Amino acid sequence: MTTIAPPSPREITTEPRTSDKVFRGLVTAGGLSSLLILGLIAIFLGYRGFEVLVQEGFGFITNSDWSVTVDENANVVDSSFGLAAMLVGTILCAFVAVVIALPISVFSALFLNFYAPDRLKRFLVALIDMMAAFPSILFGIWGFLVLMPTAEYWAKLIHKYLGWIPLFDLQVPVYTRSPFVAGVVLAIMIIPIITSVSREVFSQAPLDRIQAAYALGATRWAMIKAVVIPHGRNGVIGGAMLGLGRAMGETVAVFTVLNIVFQVNWQVLLGAGGNVASLIILKFGEANPYEIKALMAAGLILFLLTLLVNAIANVIVKTTGKSGR
Amino acid sequence: MTSIPTPIKPWKATKRERLIDVSIFILALLSSYLFVAATEMKGKLALFVVFFGAYMLFTASFKGFQLGSAAAKDALVNSLVAFGAIVTVIPIASILFTVVQKGLPGISLNLFISDMSMATPTDPLANGGLLHAITGTLALVTLALIMSVPIGILTALYLTEIRGRFTSPIRFLVQAMSGVPSIVAGLFILSAILYPITKSFSGFMGALALTILMIPTIARTSEEVLNLIPNDLREAGVALGGTQWRTVAMIVLPAAKSGLITAVILGVARIAGETAPLLLLTGGGDKVNPNAFNGPLGSLPYYIWKSFNAGSPEAITRAWAGLLVLVGLVLILFTAARYLGSKKSSK
Repeated sequence: MTTIAPPSPREITTEPRTSDKVFRGLVTAGGLSSLLILGLIAIFLGYRGFEVLVQEGFGFITNSDWSVTVDENANVVDSSFGLAAMLVGTILCAFVAVVIALPISVFSALFLNFYAPDRLKRFLVALIDMMAAFPSILFGIWGFLVLMPTAEYWAKLIHKYLGWIPLFDLQVPVYTRSPFVAGVVLAIMIIPIITSVSREVFSQAPLDRIQAAYALGATRWAMIKAVVIPHGRNGVIGGAMLGLGRAMGETVAVFTVLNIVFQVNWQVLLGAGGNVASLIILKFGEANPYEIKALMAAGLILFLLTLLVNAIANVIVKTTGKSGR
Repeated sequence: MTSIPTPIKPWKATKRERLIDVSIFILALLSSYLFVAATEMKGKLALFVVFFGAYMLFTASFKGFQLGSAAAKDALVNSLVAFGAIVTVIPIASILFTVVQKGLPGISLNLFISDMSMATPTDPLANGGLLHAITGTLALVTLALIMSVPIGILTALYLTEIRGRFTSPIRFLVQAMSGVPSIVAGLFILSAILYPITKSFSGFMGALALTILMIPTIARTSEEVLNLIPNDLREAGVALGGTQWRTVAMIVLPAAKSGLITAVILGVARIAGETAPLLLLTGGGDKVNPNAFNGPLGSLPYYIWKSFNAGSPEAITRAWAGLLVLVGLVLILFTAARYLGSKKSSK
């Protein structure tokens, strides 16, 4: 009689197999690529623009002169690079855009979520999402050829009736290609973004509270005021900032409709503005190597600016739902 | 005999209420028309604004008299909200209408079989076409797809399947990356690769910049899709003895297939019309260039840009025709994405 040796117990382990190790390593590497790319962008633009940033110092963002002189051997004799006018113009256009787009987007988001019949809602959502995918050059050319005459007329009306407000004041009646027109084009571009973020946030408003408000006899507006707006306020602000970031980094659409002038201009209606991204397109074609470095530095400033705005926006959107009744 | 109760719907508007609504609408229309005719305010804009104000005033005051101030406010917001939606739709309608109206005259068969190597933008429309631009855009999109789809989907997998230590920072970085201005992506490739290494314009450089812009779109949409896959499926895979790799590759990804395709299509729609980086990097040739790695490569946005800046009526028509082709492409992609996205994944 032979005894069968009992099988030795298998070793139980949580050690992943080799295939899993490879898989996890690969996926983690892919996941970290966004960090790598963002880091490389900052490093390379900083590296290329370093020389100009050092030479101009703080004046790079406080001066508004942009000139470079070369002698016959294409050596740089004298140069002065300042972004002040461009930065002011970028911020001005982006703010005009957000001020116009925010109320419209919030209203249409409310309409889509709480007023529109289901089929209309689905159609409009598809339409607005589609608009977000339109190429920016389309907005630029449409803005230049179709919207500009109308927007100029609006600018004249604003100047006529609200000219006593310093922001809308105007010494020289030049309305064409003003920051206002660029702002209107940008507003149309960011309406889909703010609308979809607001819609998302509003749709997360707790249903039990909505129904409780109705049960207490609230009208639709009273319900929105008591439940939806306190719940979604932060999300809407975050959405507006995402729109602001997009508006700041927009290049082609702004370049097409804006008249770029190297002088700080706070008058929204005057046909002279600036934009960092458009400056890069404007100067790139004829730039010598040294000026390219200045453009790289300008790109770095723009990158950091949009990164900051986007980061704040995302933090704000994330806090949605923690406030409200 | 039994009586069958008919369902009553007390929330539905009665005929009388409907009649009142319609008459308020007509009243507002009439009074705004008269107002515009009587005062010096002119034009469609004035009519629109005055009509809207009048309608708001009339409904609000009527509801106020009938039901009190809460109802008046409600009516006011009703019309404001509808106003918002209308204002949102007007530009979309205007853009689509203009593109079709101005682009159609420039569309001809010639456009799709010849390039601009023997023509300038200001030539009559019969000369030249945008074959080089279409092939160029296709090449750019294909190259960008090859590079961005793996990275985008791997990022999404990291966020949904691995959920490691870096999950929330990476989610944050992907969000931040989606806000990188396209011109910055272009400048980055210019400074990091074009100047130090290749020293010449080529389609590949443009595709690299487009990749940077496309990764976040694909990653974010794929993450949403993968989050919708029920955990039961993953657990079933592991319970059958599968490693994580087998579970993801043979269960999760096939289940999410249609959603992932949607993500990729949305990414393509995002970059198809991107102009700024192409202006910096591709050099924009006028001839069909079969080699995207060498020599200037034309593309639809570059062609539109060049024609638009040439300024003559023929050139502008060319630009509109190019825009129509580009918008048509984006619309087709977008419709495909929505169709695939709405289709329930068939398992």
